[in-house]
Amino acid sequence: MQSQKNKIQVSRRDVLNYTSAGILAAAGISLFGSIAKADKKMTVHAVSKLAGGKEIMSGKITLELPQIAENGNTVPLSVEVDSPMTDADYVKSVHIFAEGNPEPSVASFHFTPASGVAKASVRMRLAKTQNVVAVAEMSNGSIFQATTEVKVTIGGCGG
Amino acid sequence: MAKVKARVKVPKKVAKGEIFEVKSLISHKMESGQRKHKKTGEKIPRQIINKFVCTYNGKAVFSSDWHGAVSANPYLSFHVKAVDSGSLDLAWTDDSGAVYKKTTKITVT
Repeated sequence: MQSQKNKIQVSRRDVLNYTSAGILAAAGISLFGSIAKADKKMTVHAVSKLAGGKEIMSGKITLELPQIAENGNTVPLSVEVDSPMTDADYVKSVHIFAEGNPEPSVASFHFTPASGVAKASVRMRLAKTQNVVAVAEMSNGSIFQATTEVKVTIGGCGG
Repeated sequence: MAKVKARVKVPKKVAKGEIFEVKSLISHKMESGQRKHKKTGEKIPRQIINKFVCTYNGKAVFSSDWHGAVSANPYLSFHVKAVDSGSLDLAWTDDSGAVYKKTTKITVT
């Protein structure tokens, strides 16, 4: 009798464990999947708005960020765009986005030929490990994009 | 708001045509609008510097738009091509409309 009871208890526990794990796993995957997609969506939308249908090219941008940010409250960012910076050919703006932040827009830098070089540095807040995206708008209308992943140990958006 | 202090650093002398770095720092909480009151759970309203402009002898050479993700006590560095001696005027504007200014002289040889 006792051995039969034990058998039933173990098997019920197993059934519960397996089904709850299964439900969590399924929910977890879809939950995180949808949150991750939503994060990227805002940035993708903002970037395509900037590009306005034009082709987004890669190259020209050097985006410097630490591989691992110990403190998400202050992550140093440096961006430079290769350009002659003459009246005829210069970088108009560089826009920075943090894909995984509650609000992806970080900063925009507006250069002029008088800048000499299209380079700027700032310190930013990163809520969690994510991609940082830089989009450069040239004076001739062309658009360039660069992406770097930053691992964040302690998030910095008030949490 | 606590007194906002701004600092700017440029090289002592630059040669004409040389591109020099301008380093700026301003003390500002940069309340992002994402934080919540610990007790009430209400979101603390955003209060950040949203615009920065640098003029060189009266001509705007660089500007920057900021959002909540710019860190508190924002550091910003950018570059300017040396033309003539004169002054660099830096202006930070925050959400309340307050404008903080700092001027520095630049000597071009």
